[in-house]
Amino acid sequence: MNASLQVPWQAEVVSRVQETPSVFTLGLKLDDPAAPAPYRFAPGQFNMLYLYGVGEVPVSVVSDPEHDDEIQHTVRAVGRVTHGLEALRPGDRIGLRGPFGRGWPLEAAAGRDLLLVTGGLGCAPVVSVINYVMQRRERFGRLAIVQGVKHMDDLIWRERYEAWSGRPDTEVQLAADVAGSGWNWHVGLVTDLFDRLTMPIDQALVMLCGPEPMMIAAIRRLLELGVTPESIWLSMERNMQCAVGLCGHCQYGKDFLCRQGPVFNYPEISGRLGVKGF
Amino acid sequence: MAVNATSPVRRGFLPREAFDTLLRALDGAGYDCIGPRVDADAILYREVSAGADLPQGMEETQAPGQYRLRETGTPRCFAWACGPQALKPHLFAPREPLWRSERDSEGRLQFRSTAPEPRPLAVIGVRACDLAALALQDQHFLRAGSTDPYYARRREGLFLVAVNCTHPAATCFCVSTGDGPQAGDDCDLVLDELDDGYAVRAASSKGETIAQQLPLQAVTEAQQAQIDREREAASTAQSRAMPAGNLREHLFNAWEHPRWAQVAERCLSCGNCTSVCPTCFCHQQVDVPTLDGSSATHYREWDSCFTQNHSYIHGITLRPDTRSRYRQWLTHKLGSWHDQYGRSGCVGCGRCLTWCPVGIDITEEVSALLKEAGT
Ligand SMILES: Cc1cc2nc3c(=O)[nH]c(=O)nc-3n(C[C@H](O)[C@H](O)[C@H](O)COP(=O)(O)OP(=O)(O)OC[C@H]3O[C@@H](n4cnc5c(N)ncnc54)[C@H](O)[C@@H]3O)c2cc1C
Ligand code: SF4
Ligand code: SF4
Ligand code: FES
Repeated sequence: MNASLQVPWQAEVVSRVQETPSVFTLGLKLDDPAAPAPYRFAPGQFNMLYLYGVGEVPVSVVSDPEHDDEIQHTVRAVGRVTHGLEALRPGDRIGLRGPFGRGWPLEAAAGRDLLLVTGGLGCAPVVSVINYVMQRRERFGRLAIVQGVKHMDDLIWRERYEAWSGRPDTEVQLAADVAGSGWNWHVGLVTDLFDRLTMPIDQALVMLCGPEPMMIAAIRRLLELGVTPESIWLSMERNMQCAVGLCGHCQYGKDFLCRQGPVFNYPEISGRLGVKGF
Repeated sequence: MAVNATSPVRRGFLPREAFDTLLRALDGAGYDCIGPRVDADAILYREVSAGADLPQGMEETQAPGQYRLRETGTPRCFAWACGPQALKPHLFAPREPLWRSERDSEGRLQFRSTAPEPRPLAVIGVRACDLAALALQDQHFLRAGSTDPYYARRREGLFLVAVNCTHPAATCFCVSTGDGPQAGDDCDLVLDELDDGYAVRAASSKGETIAQQLPLQAVTEAQQAQIDREREAASTAQSRAMPAGNLREHLFNAWEHPRWAQVAERCLSCGNCTSVCPTCFCHQQVDVPTLDGSSATHYREWDSCFTQNHSYIHGITLRPDTRSRYRQWLTHKLGSWHDQYGRSGCVGCGRCLTWCPVGIDITEEVSALLKEAGT
């Protein structure tokens, strides 16, 4: 009945963490005889989460693909559906269908140095990959994590970043456009941070996500620093209604983000990125 | 099921007064039957149960922003070009439920697909452009590995009776897109209409089975000559044309062309063009809870790239103005379709011209965009 992935399965909220005043993480467990067991996904893929009586929204999976007892989503409450999801508590039920789309190029990344760049609150898709790499540290080379936010209060998981920065062969650089006391990281733009890394980045594989202007600025700087276009990957966002390539909303030029994306290799979309109207 | 090698593909002449035998054969084979009827001052596909239901003697005139029916007294029933809707609403429904969710007192949810179980449907009077559009919608909705069951179930039971066009409208340009005016073999029966009846050809084994039940006479040489003349005339009658070939590069290179702003001054962003277009597939999903809160139905309904919501992501509409929406429509239809489905998304039916309240003509817009190459 569900072969086309157009009808959700029931999922139970089994955990809930308030990350910041408007960001929360829901741990879900599929609780539906029709659901696949085990549920499998790749970092960078997303699910459609359905709030009963309200609607569905696309949300990336942040948990580890090999620990499928809990499927985690980190959500920022911004509108109708996400505010409703915010009110959920363990024991509540929602609908889930997925996973959808193409995730990060983890095979291509094996053995390489990785630079993970995130901006603003568009961090969930990259956090999934950080978690993934941390669990399998030996498969990858050096790791640099670069995150920029508008205001220091927007940074979620500051303790995690601080903990990650202490791991071997791992460095973390954070920037906030606006910061107050208690911020011992950079004040300024995310693009300033590349020069502060000790890891040579021209050989690294880069994964980016965040607001488009930030990704565009970051790519421009990365190319100047000698990163090849083919080494750059980014996760895009568009309106999504169906997630199965039918509704037409997520079209980005010739590509359907829900099928060919949301993760793209930079040369695949370089002609469109930043051009208004796509 | 292949056509039996010993029975040649059936072709013959069906006198007008015997037309009902076709309807009876279809009914006997379990089909509901729809065909052209005059409704709301237009020719629309509606239920037909007798030849007398057909729009005999009616012709129409179409021009950008104009559609007028008139009585001409011709004995013919198909002396008109396409009306406002093609096959699209019969397969990709304007609004249909995808699933229902039921919630019990403990908050548990149960999801049920509401994929339809339609009765087989026969459509009489399908045009070549409609068949071409259907093939495109098939590519979209029946993609290998992720078939849309809602569309697929309706598609499965479809029986198509095509009619070759003899009266293209002034808005038609299917010759230039290579999609008409004569129907190919992607249907079940093909009719050529003459004053006293129809030359019938079976194009599939299903069609063959129906044709065998008709009192067909031999097509005379004179009838064939008349058919050939009318086909030829229909092919040469079209005055509009879409520039040939793959326009993708030209259109994307014209992204900043001043013409987009000019067309946006006239375009109302009403989305009529997308709802009459037989290939447009965009839709949105909405959830409708019942008043008692115990269940909700999740619908999909036609949407248009001309709406504000189409490109909405939290806080921003990525295509905020008519200029960027018209450009999205045209560059998708005539550009990205080549990448997505191997050909242009326009089959030359002319509906978007006729049903545009301000008469914007896609062929005119394209030639303007190609002529003065954009900067
Ligand atoms: C591939 C992908 C992954 C995402 N991952 C996450 C994530 O991990 N965490 C997170 O907090 N958010 C994520 N988002 C954004 C999230 O989908 C939107 O915040 C959410 O749709 C807003 O819905 P709403 O009903 O609360 O807001 P409203 O503003 O009321 O939205 C109404 C409708 O607009 C559409 N819409 C609005 N904003 C967006 C948007 N940014 N992207 C796509 N459609 C939108 C949706 O169809 C939504 O139902 C992701 C988006 C995409 C496309
Ligand atoms: S774009 Fe216009 S002419 Fe072309 S298929 Fe659609 S409605 Fe018909
Ligand atoms: S082109 Fe015509 S039909 Fe299409 S949105 Fe504009 S005004 Fe409406
Ligand atoms: S979300 Fe519907 S086509 Fe991609």
